[in-house]
Amino acid sequence: MNSKEKVGEVNKIADEQDELNKALGEFRLSVHAWSEAAYSRTRTAVVLSPRRVWRQAIGWALGCVLVAGGASAGVWEHYQRQQEMRITAAHAAVQQRQAVQKQEQQTRQEKEDLPAKDDLLAKVDKDVSREVPAAMEPLGQLMAEDEAQ
Amino acid sequence: MAMAEEIGAEEFSAVVAQHRQQIFRFLLASTRDVDLAETLTQDCFLKAHRNWASFRGESSAMTWLMRIAINLQKDHWRNRRMQFWRHARANAVDLGEAGEWLPSGERSAEQQLLAQERVRQVGKAVEGLSERQRTVFLLRYVEEAELSEIARATGLSEGTVKAHLSRAVAKVRAELGGRR
Repeated sequence: MNSKEKVGEVNKIADEQDELNKALGEFRLSVHAWSEAAYSRTRTAVVLSPRRVWRQAIGWALGCVLVAGGASAGVWEHYQRQQEMRITAAHAAVQQRQAVQKQEQQTRQEKEDLPAKDDLLAKVDKDVSREVPAAMEPLGQLMAEDEAQ
Repeated sequence: MAMAEEIGAEEFSAVVAQHRQQIFRFLLASTRDVDLAETLTQDCFLKAHRNWASFRGESSAMTWLMRIAINLQKDHWRNRRMQFWRHARANAVDLGEAGEWLPSGERSAEQQLLAQERVRQVGKAVEGLSERQRTVFLLRYVEEAELSEIARATGLSEGTVKAHLSRAVAKVRAELGGRR
């Protein structure tokens, strides 16, 4: 690298440094101006009148009541359904228990009645067997007449 | 409350009047959001008022306030990164847009356009810097703070500040070099 090239390189670096310094200075000025404008801008503050505050409060209160009412109605409905289902289930259980008891009672009654019925049938058979010969007598006489002829 | 009594209202008002604009400017350049910068500036002075007793005068009030502002800004991004970063980004403007505020001075229209373009390039480079590099860069080149002041405000050593600054300037230089 000869001296001319060296000088050119140095000048180039110096130019770059100048441009950097210039850019940084301009950046600083821009940020300062931007900040000053933002800092001194007019600000609007919303002041709520007492009437508006009351209206807002009432609105919020009504909203809260509606939400609470809706939620409690849902809970109440759910509770009622649960109660109905519980009562229906209890009724069904009582009816089932009664049906089983009735069935058992019938079976027991039938078992108790069975010996008496057998005795009655035996008595009837005995009475009938005793009466049959007398009842069959005319038929026997007829048969004897036929044999004689 | 007891701490707050250690500085009089008038004295604190004077501190606010003296430093508020500079704190706001730093926060505005850092966040690029006017509303957020205003909120953080208010928080900064509120915190300063509450903790005035802990200010021992080892550094200037400005450096102490700047340290509070840097911490508030860090906390803000840490807290909001997950939940509201989209909202925050939507409010932030491009730092290069600051070029529109560049005073024309004695420049011709063409020179003004070129200057605005340079500001846009610097703004773009600054947006690409890491949080720490950006803080150091803005304190040095916008607030024109000394390295020792930057070190005290950021809690870094002067060597670390120099290293961050050097990297930041290299990136700005590269951005400006790429333009040509």
